[in-house]
Amino acid sequence: MIVGLIVNPIAGLGGPAGLKGSDGSEIQQRAIARGSVALAGRRAAIAVRALTKHRPDTIVRTVAGAMGADAAPHAEVISLAAQQPTTSADTRAAVKALRGVDLLMFAGGDGTARDVLDGGPISPVLGIPAGVKVYSGCFAISAAAAGLAASRFTGDAEEAEVVDLDEDAYRAGSVGPRLYGTVRVPSVRVRLSGRKASTPPGTVEGIARECVTRLREGVRYVLGPGTTTQAVGKALGLETSLLGVDVVLDGKLIGRDVAEAELYELVQGGPAEAVLSIIGGQGFVLGRGNQQLSPRVLSGLRGMTVLGTQQKLAGLGGRPLLADTGDPEADRRVCGHVRVITGYRESTLYRLISASEDA
Amino acid sequence: MSAQTEPFATMPVAPKPALRRFHQARWDEPIIFELSQPGRRGIGVPESGLPEVELPEDIRRVNRPALPELSQLHVVRHYTRLSQENLGVDLNVDVGQGTCTMKYSPKVNDIFVRDAKIAELHPAQPLDSVQGALEIYWRLEQILKEISGMSRVSLQPGAGSAAIYANIAMIRAYHAANGESHRDQVITTMFSHPSNAACAKVAGYDIITLMPDADGFPDIEALKAAIGPRTAALLITNPEDTGIYNPQIKEFVDLVHGVGGLACYDQANANGILGITRAADAGFDLCHFNLHKTFSTPHACGGPAAGACGVAEKLVPFLPGPVVDKTDNGFVLATPAHSIGKIRPYLGVTPNVVRAYAWVMALGAEGLRDVAEIAVLNNNYLMHKILRIPGASVPWADKPRVEQVRYSWQELSEQTGVHSEEIGVRAADFGVHYWTSHHPYVVAEPFTLEPTESYSKEDLDEYAAILAHVADEARRDPAFVKGAPYNQSIHKIDPTSLDDPQQWSPTWRAYQRKHGAR
Repeated sequence: MIVGLIVNPIAGLGGPAGLKGSDGSEIQQRAIARGSVALAGRRAAIAVRALTKHRPDTIVRTVAGAMGADAAPHAEVISLAAQQPTTSADTRAAVKALRGVDLLMFAGGDGTARDVLDGGPISPVLGIPAGVKVYSGCFAISAAAAGLAASRFTGDAEEAEVVDLDEDAYRAGSVGPRLYGTVRVPSVRVRLSGRKASTPPGTVEGIARECVTRLREGVRYVLGPGTTTQAVGKALGLETSLLGVDVVLDGKLIGRDVAEAELYELVQGGPAEAVLSIIGGQGFVLGRGNQQLSPRVLSGLRGMTVLGTQQKLAGLGGRPLLADTGDPEADRRVCGHVRVITGYRESTLYRLISASEDA
Repeated sequence: MSAQTEPFATMPVAPKPALRRFHQARWDEPIIFELSQPGRRGIGVPESGLPEVELPEDIRRVNRPALPELSQLHVVRHYTRLSQENLGVDLNVDVGQGTCTMKYSPKVNDIFVRDAKIAELHPAQPLDSVQGALEIYWRLEQILKEISGMSRVSLQPGAGSAAIYANIAMIRAYHAANGESHRDQVITTMFSHPSNAACAKVAGYDIITLMPDADGFPDIEALKAAIGPRTAALLITNPEDTGIYNPQIKEFVDLVHGVGGLACYDQANANGILGITRAADAGFDLCHFNLHKTFSTPHACGGPAAGACGVAEKLVPFLPGPVVDKTDNGFVLATPAHSIGKIRPYLGVTPNVVRAYAWVMALGAEGLRDVAEIAVLNNNYLMHKILRIPGASVPWADKPRVEQVRYSWQELSEQTGVHSEEIGVRAADFGVHYWTSHHPYVVAEPFTLEPTESYSKEDLDEYAAILAHVADEARRDPAFVKGAPYNQSIHKIDPTSLDDPQQWSPTWRAYQRKHGAR
């Protein structure tokens, strides 16, 4: 089997910096200025290792440098002149250049998935999650899972949706993924993410009210992104951000839309807990849209409460919640049965696992 | 062609279709308040000849009651028309109302209830004049004790949810009596009837709902994580709404007992396990039955319902009162020592107690077990038929089913864009009910079928054929199915008002207030 690999080296750059995405060179420079390191190459390397471990005869074919070869040292390298830093056009060109592979893997987020789609792939594709926004149905649930799924690829494929958010609208506070098209993905559904589902309107107030009754004095609450966590801010009378990470202490906002470094400082200042929402139909609690909660931030937290409607949990079809911080150790520390507030005076205990588990 | 058949051959008669040609009556009937005309009378009430009694000032009406004013003819015509616009239990193959345990309510039992000995009973009559009625209460209690294994049973609740509420009130009183009022959490499961969570919440408890795991069972590891010193009780249905019997039910009960909590079994629908398993044998402390489900009395939406609460010995002092005791001097009423009080006035819904008693006595112990076995057989036969319909599936198909199944049209819906609700509306065009699921939908595009012992093989074949036909229509012409109903009293309604407190109107007064006087 020949597997093509494309890495979007700048994917995920905006996440830890709290920039909600990495589209556009200005955003990328701001992210680097805030100390962000792109993780796409590292994630791609994890996927390639898992793939070749489970299927050693696989031939990986990729592009030179940060767009692939750096993550896959034993790969066949094709010649392709890429710009520095790379752009969407380079991804599209790589897709065209890698036509003829049996399966095309790419590391990135929804923006990268769109570029892959635009490049007109002939073979099935499989995304290695490495972006800030990873809502499309073509992504595996973790880098290791992507490698495993690829190793089990038999040629059977099915349609999956490519969705993306307009990042400018997203930063302005309006969430709503748009469908861009479909790609064919390997028929190994269990390890692929479901498409992100939206929260039915009007169901979050009760959850927010319950969450507020549980807040204690002297504890720094790290509110993750999303409409549910924003409703908690609203219930507290605070102008919290929709898509950023905020920190609340004794009813006051002590950090709004903070980047990873600032968040780390804040949680070091006293006892801290996280209040996070579930990301749509995929079940992610950590590692999607809230990369500011890095492993070192998580290690400073005493506890974690998850907010989510029963609909969202029901949509998981019995699958566990997922953490994918990029550090299996950090994932493991938050694993187990976590309290999910599902309404006013209503909750459940739900299993949370590392997305890298059993992969 | 012979001379005899020739005339028929020329007649323009279409062949009879395979499915029943049904059309619901359509009367465009206004509601009765809109038919009211000032001064119109149905009956001239004669002077009673009794002396007038001065009512205390504080209970006198200031305004006359806003009752509709109609003649007898118009009242009779109004309700007859409404009855024709109704797809009642006596008209349709009512297996599509899964979890409701629709079954035949024998007409002979209604004759008993209409008898003057029951119909003219007054709840405040002297006890020595109602010994027969009390004996029926007492006898039905003995029967339900045997069926559940519990120590005593109260027949006072007027509905299933009232019985659940009585049980949660007893749980609260029990913990209070033991100085454990700090127990403020009730655990239930996603596939248990939602009244369990609702009643416990009304009673002041925090609710922890266990979600199903990948195998369709409530997650026992989540239960282990949920229980603790704050656990008041587990309220659980088994088999759950999926029709799957939880084989770990004893472990669930033991885990909750292990932390000092009580275990309460929702047996509203006991149709699949009647005479086969008993609540007490799994260690439950409380249970309840809906007489209008398993025991054939009419459902609350179509008549008065009745619930029955069974409790283990340690909870007997907390039962609602009064209960009927048998003494050497006949049947007497007694209030348990620490009774939670009354769940409804007087003893209970006597006509339904009579109906349920008559139903059980007609069947006997062996007959009750036959009920369960036939219901399970019917269910598995129907499941076999439904699974042959392309696009229909059963989540967790490897698990055996008891008395009902929650199916899914997910595949059909993905292929055609037609949703389960739309299939149900179209099925009504063929004269049958169809229900999806409680909310939220845990099973995608759900539908829930429960063929009890009342339905024949031909009934089940007809129901399956209707669904197969509608599924086929969905493939051939999805827009047509989405446009249904075509043969009903009303066409599509806008359901948004059902979810909007600013619009919903459970009374005429509320309707006038929210939508403006008409």
